Amino acid sequence: MGTSQTNKPSGDAGPAPATGTQGKYPPDAGHTSGARPAVHREPLIHLSKRDDVALPKAVLIRLAAVALSLVVCAGVIFLLTRLNPLDVYKGFIDGAIGTSRRTWVTVRDALVLLCVAIGLTPAFKMRFWNIGAEGQVLVGGLASAALMIYAGGRLPGPALLAAMFAASLLAGCIWGLIPAFFKAFWNTNETLFTLMLNYVAMQIVTFCIVFWENPAGSNTVGIINSAKNVPSYQAGYLPSLFGNAYGWNVVIVAALTVGMYIYLKYTKQGYEVAVVGESENTARYAGIHVRKVIMRTMAISGAICGLGGFIIVSGASHTISTSTAGGRGFTAIIVAWLAKFNAFTMVVISFFLVFMQKGAMQIATQFKLNENASDVITGIILFFILGSEFFINYKVRLRRKT
Amino acid sequence: MKKVLSIALTAALCAVTLAACGGGSTTATTAAPAATEAATAAPAATAAPAATEAPAATTAAPAATEAPATEAPSAGIPKDSLRIGFIFIGDENEGYTAAHYEGAKGMQQALGLADSQILIKWQIPEDETCYDAAVDLADQGCQIVFANSFGHEQYMMQAAEEFPDVEFCHATGYQAASSGLENMHNYFTAVYESRYVSGVVAGLKLNQMIEDGKITADQAVMGYVGAFPYAEVISGYTSFFLGARSVCPTATMKVKYVNSWADFALEKEAAQALIAAGCVLISQHADTTGAPTTCEAAGVPIVGYNISMIATAPTQALTSASINWAPYVTFAVQCLIDGDPIPVDWCEGYATGADRITELNEAAVAPGTAEKVAEVEAAIKSGELKVFDTSTWTENGQKLDSYVDDYGNEYIWDGYFHESELASAPSFAIKIDGITDLTD
Repeated sequence: MGTSQTNKPSGDAGPAPATGTQGKYPPDAGHTSGARPAVHREPLIHLSKRDDVALPKAVLIRLAAVALSLVVCAGVIFLLTRLNPLDVYKGFIDGAIGTSRRTWVTVRDALVLLCVAIGLTPAFKMRFWNIGAEGQVLVGGLASAALMIYAGGRLPGPALLAAMFAASLLAGCIWGLIPAFFKAFWNTNETLFTLMLNYVAMQIVTFCIVFWENPAGSNTVGIINSAKNVPSYQAGYLPSLFGNAYGWNVVIVAALTVGMYIYLKYTKQGYEVAVVGESENTARYAGIHVRKVIMRTMAISGAICGLGGFIIVSGASHTISTSTAGGRGFTAIIVAWLAKFNAFTMVVISFFLVFMQKGAMQIATQFKLNENASDVITGIILFFILGSEFFINYKVRLRRKT
Repeated sequence: MKKVLSIALTAALCAVTLAACGGGSTTATTAAPAATEAATAAPAATAAPAATEAPAATTAAPAATEAPATEAPSAGIPKDSLRIGFIFIGDENEGYTAAHYEGAKGMQQALGLADSQILIKWQIPEDETCYDAAVDLADQGCQIVFANSFGHEQYMMQAAEEFPDVEFCHATGYQAASSGLENMHNYFTAVYESRYVSGVVAGLKLNQMIEDGKITADQAVMGYVGAFPYAEVISGYTSFFLGARSVCPTATMKVKYVNSWADFALEKEAAQALIAAGCVLISQHADTTGAPTTCEAAGVPIVGYNISMIATAPTQALTSASINWAPYVTFAVQCLIDGDPIPVDWCEGYATGADRITELNEAAVAPGTAEKVAEVEAAIKSGELKVFDTSTWTENGQKLDSYVDDYGNEYIWDGYFHESELASAPSFAIKIDGITDLTD
């Protein structure tokens, strides 16, 4: 930095060696930095840990962070694109919830993200870094799709759906258990293990697409059971509930959310998960069977993620591809962490993230801003929200005037 | 006194209210565009049914009508209330979509439409997102929606079923005719024609290399980076090969698939593998600049696809086979304006300007290329030159007199394979002699 700036008009640059050694403190007239005696002054900023923050204050700090981030985003939008930031914000809202159809698409996608985040929660609470949700979702979706293709039209509707539900749970469960087993018995690195299993799952899906390709040459499976006038027509599609196509999605994910909240907060198993996460030795000393807890928790985690695959395939897309999980296995990690593993906070965060994503499509259409613009905005907002955690945990005090 | 005070207060209140209204009006103006959008959308939606009342396009001859007949202006949609939706798999940074976007802009310019009448959904993958996008465009009052990727077709059909009053046009697909939906259409261009012409450019380059003694006649091996082993790609590389061999009779070709439409790293590697296998000239049917990047580094001439590759390979790019989508998009929208039916299948080539090659790179092409290209282009336009003339190629040493596809359609008569005439999408999937598939 210092050296690159010496390219300025030569008179301005001053003696080059001096600039180099002094780094970012350029020599200036009234400042005698070298000669100053070492006086112990109070540091400019004092940080002290807050013990307990009142909830209203914490909420206030977070709201301030969001407000501030929106102001910064507005500045960035204006500087980069010269558009009216309010119009762009309006575009976001319009794109995500502008029509009832758009609202439901937002809800549908947020539910899937929420489901996967819920699935990841117990694993992360146990400090088991499950980066493999993507794969667990995929195998769950694959199991559902396989049943739709092979059992569609042969089983009665509800039985088929129940079978798909169970199969996706089981597939995700197995995919979660594999790394857990190795972790429990040989202490393998679960981060790498779960991550790599994602690619294994993708390859299996690619392999299956070869057999299920429809139409031929598309390299996709197409909409499964979409052919009319045959018994398999729409077999394995989640039916509408209360007149809404995504009614079941809501019910299933809502049940999972409440269930996970209770499981982690009020059950013995949930407590064991927390203890193992805090310290395995403590858990062992307390008589907790650590191996069992690791495997059980990952079985649950994987199974719920697998169920996410079922919800995608049966409740929304009716197809399977390597992008069925679509990165949601990774985004869900952000959701779970931001929510501090509180199932209800996750609802808000997953909706926020999907809201931004859907809004992005609208601003791309309306203002010709591509998705990267929305990434910038989401990034700024997340930066401020994460940053606000610092101010919730620490008290900042400036140096007292002397 | 009290009275005076109360009057004064009331006046003050009124003033404040007025001021507030004034302040409010600024927010009202920002909301206004949306309101007018809704207003234009409303009459548009009511006008839409009229368009589809026009007789449904029958199995329309693939070499569809030239320009729309300017009769029956009664059932059309006025230009001002038109709203046109596009669903693109990528964005401007990706050659294939960039070409489609150029087509959309060309249509907008040709018909003099406002920016607000063109709604584009970018980066729509081939899954339910495409359906979401299509119905959302219909919800917003689009009377016609175009989609540009092969895998979008099913989702477009799904939307077409739900919105019978909106026209859905899908590029590269083939199911419109069999879907039975009157508002579902397929379109493509006779891209094999531009590939053939680009092949001629390649063949002349090979001749130059042979004459210069860089290679022997037997070493005139071309390499082809293909996306998938589908008819679209096979038809493309075969026409490219036939074009090259029409001027360089000893030319042969090796094909390598990357199994992706757009993967820079894989395309780069495939080109490297082909060069290692002895190929002295490369062409591509995949959407990135991977192959040209390799070629520039290796000093091997390259014929690109979609866009000019001169920026990527300034010393090696000869030209690129390219599609101009504007003629179709303009034609389809014009049909709506005129109230004419849109053909189920549409496929045009050089004659309507739907196909072309990008500028010749004078730094790389063989001398005399421009003249030869002009000659070949004229022959294609006049119909005198048939790309898949059966006298120019053989399968397992045999000249073919008949080729029947899976649906029982005969493609060969009058001495040539009638590519893209029975359906808009390519159907030539014969592996002819002289081309080796390295993937097998």
